[in-house]
Amino acid sequence: MSDMPVNSVTTRSWQRTALGDFWAVAAVALVAGALFLLFPTNLALLTRIIAVMLLVLSLDLVTGFSGVATLGHATLFGAGAYAAGIFAARFGVTDPLLMLAIGAVAGALAGAVTSLVILRGHGLSQLVLSIAVVSLAHEAANKLSAWTGGSDGLSGIAPSPLFGLFRFDLFGRTAFFMAVGLLLVVFVVLRIVVRSPFGMLCRGIKQDPVRVRAMGAPVYFTLVKMYAIAGAVAGLGGALSAIATKVVGLDSLSFTTSAEALVMLVVGGTGKLFGALVGTLVFVWFEDRVSAINPFHWLTIIGVLLIGVVLFAPKGLVGAAESLWARVRGRRS
Amino acid sequence: MGPCAGAPVMSLLEVRNLRKNFGGLAVTDDVSLNLAKGDRVALIGPNGAGKTTFVNLVTGQLKPHAGSVHLDGEDITAASPSRRVQAGLVRSFQVTRLFSEMTPEEHVALALLQKQGRSGRVFGDYRGMPAVMAETHEILALLNLDGIAQQPANSIAYGQQRLLEIALVMALRPKVLLLDEPAAGVPGSDTMLIERALERLPGDLAVLMIDHDMDFVFRFARRVVVLAAGAIIFDGTPAEVSRDPRVREAYLGSYADDRSQA
Repeated sequence: MSDMPVNSVTTRSWQRTALGDFWAVAAVALVAGALFLLFPTNLALLTRIIAVMLLVLSLDLVTGFSGVATLGHATLFGAGAYAAGIFAARFGVTDPLLMLAIGAVAGALAGAVTSLVILRGHGLSQLVLSIAVVSLAHEAANKLSAWTGGSDGLSGIAPSPLFGLFRFDLFGRTAFFMAVGLLLVVFVVLRIVVRSPFGMLCRGIKQDPVRVRAMGAPVYFTLVKMYAIAGAVAGLGGALSAIATKVVGLDSLSFTTSAEALVMLVVGGTGKLFGALVGTLVFVWFEDRVSAINPFHWLTIIGVLLIGVVLFAPKGLVGAAESLWARVRGRRS
Repeated sequence: MGPCAGAPVMSLLEVRNLRKNFGGLAVTDDVSLNLAKGDRVALIGPNGAGKTTFVNLVTGQLKPHAGSVHLDGEDITAASPSRRVQAGLVRSFQVTRLFSEMTPEEHVALALLQKQGRSGRVFGDYRGMPAVMAETHEILALLNLDGIAQQPANSIAYGQQRLLEIALVMALRPKVLLLDEPAAGVPGSDTMLIERALERLPGDLAVLMIDHDMDFVFRFARRVVVLAAGAIIFDGTPAEVSRDPRVREAYLGSYADDRSQA
């Protein structure tokens, strides 16, 4: 076999992935731009959606790509939010980029540490352990009110201007643009990570850990590492939310937030980065609209949406769109 | 083995006096076995003879009560299963264990990257690594899998899945290969494909094949080891095994009679 065809295949698929990255980023940026123009008074909501997107992307890494079942993922989001918030409110670290970095580090540490507990279980016991982890974290944040503000929430967070130039204005423009920039960077990095040998190994672990072990590769350590990466992503989301809203509440560290993140991921489609983005956007947007229209029965309507997705699009909205696209292309060729 | 007899015959895999009890029952009873470079050995035995236990002891899934396992001169009795794989002792599975949503190309590339110690890298795409791509497609071509290199493993035919299992273990560049029923479940007409694939295994590789299909074993193996009730009762050529009275009694039974009549 000559080297020529392999090399040309290599370059071609290489160019294709680079082009794919470009279009993916362009699509996200375009949607963000459109939303900015369409809803200029709703920037706070859009920024919150992006913070939650980071949480759901993080959850997708451990659940969608690596097969770890968890209902406690907000622990990592909360760790980032509280770390960035405490450093800002108590130690005067108010540079927003530094706060994001603190959130990422805290999230990564929380991810690595909690994974040591969660990865002890499998299936249902894993779910229960993850709930125990988030409940403990929630209770700890509640009890340590001298640091966290307890149930009143942590206030007194006053981020300094971004790059020393852009103040965090009342309309939330600076926060929104920072959020979009952060999301684009994280999105590209995660696309690289899930394509990497490490990303393939994680997908392998999800599909058959015994086979991965028989290949001589470490299962436990690989998952801890993935948890640390996911923790950094969720921690960034938490820090972003602390910067944008200037408060951190106990709900950022709750079972409810964890469960909602899982629902958003399922709505969008697990194991696809776009699934996490679409699921979060649709869910939070829908929740916001519906609760404004009908404050009493909005949860019921959300429930109907969920049942609809699970029944008619079991692979999530993105999965459904993919199969539709494949069918259209199949018919054309 | 006498001294000064030219180059010493180096055992790649050396199993010494291996013993394992479950409760009071000796499932592996003082088993010793040597495999040298290029060996093609079949391990056969009736159901419950302890073949699976033996494989699990050698690959490290089970710890022996006594005895030792050496790979290429190194004592690996205490080594973890993945450490043994990294050292070159690789097994295949009787029940197909593949990554159902991954393509054959991804399977082989991942195994190659793992062997090179690069499977933990969080950046870089194997499709952008010409050396990995070339080696991957060389292995896939050797097993006639290059035509389906881009299809998910759960959408290819069962026989092809078995071939992919072989491609995967080949990519791990083993010194010693334990094949657990490589043709299990493959329809008779496709067994030829597996046989041909096994003929293409590297010549210096030591292969221990565990199987039930006698015709298959006798075509592949140059040496047959028979396990019964946890102990080795025969170690010799395929031609001798069907003539051995103890083997006939323990295992072959009516099959050997059929064979000699035919």
